[in-house]
Amino acid sequence: MKPAEFYMRDRTLHPPSYHPGYKTSVPRSPKQALLTVQQSLSEITGPAFGHNDMGPLDHDLIKNFDHGGDPVGERIILHGRVLDENARPVPKTLVEIWQANASGRYRHKKDVYLGALDPNFGGCGRTITDDQGYYFFRTIKPGPYPWLNYVNSWRPAHIHVSVFGTSFSQRLITQLYFEGDPLIPKCPIVQTIPDPQAVEQLTAVLDMNTAIPMDCLAYKFDIVLRGRRSTLFENRLEGN
Amino acid sequence: MAHNKTQPLNYLRESASQTAGPYVHIGLAPGAAGFEIYERELGTDIAGPNAPGERVRIEGVVYDGLGASVKDVLIEVWQADAAGIYPHPEDPRHADVAPGFRGWGRVISDFDSGVWTLDTIKPGPCPGRMGRVQAPHLSLWIVSRGINIGLNTRLYFPEDTALHAADPILGSIEQRGRVKTLIATKIAAGQYRFDISLQGDDETVFMDI
Ligand SMILES: [Fe+2]
Repeated sequence: MKPAEFYMRDRTLHPPSYHPGYKTSVPRSPKQALLTVQQSLSEITGPAFGHNDMGPLDHDLIKNFDHGGDPVGERIILHGRVLDENARPVPKTLVEIWQANASGRYRHKKDVYLGALDPNFGGCGRTITDDQGYYFFRTIKPGPYPWLNYVNSWRPAHIHVSVFGTSFSQRLITQLYFEGDPLIPKCPIVQTIPDPQAVEQLTAVLDMNTAIPMDCLAYKFDIVLRGRRSTLFENRLEGN
Repeated sequence: MAHNKTQPLNYLRESASQTAGPYVHIGLAPGAAGFEIYERELGTDIAGPNAPGERVRIEGVVYDGLGASVKDVLIEVWQADAAGIYPHPEDPRHADVAPGFRGWGRVISDFDSGVWTLDTIKPGPCPGRMGRVQAPHLSLWIVSRGINIGLNTRLYFPEDTALHAADPILGSIEQRGRVKTLIATKIAAGQYRFDISLQGDDETVFMDI
């Protein structure tokens, strides 16, 4: 296959860098226009990961920080596919997640929220998608937590998700929310997303068919990365 | 979705970006943040021990629009090897990439000083579009709390002035005074400094790739 560019990012669905409702973005947002780059080899390539990079429990947040028991909270399976905008699966790509525990507390030295740490919960996991782009984790549903954006701002329950794709231009970090959470529309970080449909796409849905009876519930969350042009007529990246 | 069209395009839409938040470290660089959970931390060794090329150390600070250092940033690097080859199947020369060369890594800033440091080898020039040559560069991707969508930029090396003059990306910067924001400063043999400004008079050139 001849190398081809990835589709232009649709900036109307992504949050703008500057969004005053999310106060930290005010001093951390570029004010100049981004430089438009036509993709070269540097942008259409990216790192590859394999099962050698993973430990056997990396995808199981219920067991990967086991200090003598299971963590408290709602046990869930989180699963879905990584797809591109052409609806093609993205196989063998790295998916990393991190999250608060059931009390809304992160195991991070900068988190001083009074929600209790859980001795059996670390809060991060990672996996590689299979040949169909499918991934799954087992974890605890995180709790909401307060943060000082406005004085009474609360994050909805969420899981941070990082995905690679096959090229550095597909690199994406996002957050997963849970269906039915009344905090979603109130969240200043969710509100940075200008398109309500794009918020819906970040909302995992309860999936009773994947739930394990008497054990855990399940949520489905598909992740979509930038799609790629086909080289029907060439406008070649390489050679001349 | 194009409900009213007789020929719907049926493309999916990319998932929207969200900030990496203040606790990105436990997800992507737990060991570097003092949290031992994985047997193997990813992204700590960009070049591998045996790849040929000049070993370089690059340090820097990311500054916000008020000149304060960003102490919770995470930066990812993607680069070619010393021969300008990417370890990726779509580089036509990838079979010849340096042994053990991964080309990718990630660093976090020190929580107190904001300084980040990365060790790698200097990449070679690599092919650009339409037969042009790109000067040696690292592709960088910057995320943190307050950054709603990861910021892409490039780091170039100061000694490659002739290659910079021909580089298609540097050449496309209309405000010539901003080109210098993409060029590291040499501070000693094999050591460079590359500060990044998110906003302000010396704002780094960020790219829509
Ligand atoms: Fe969070």
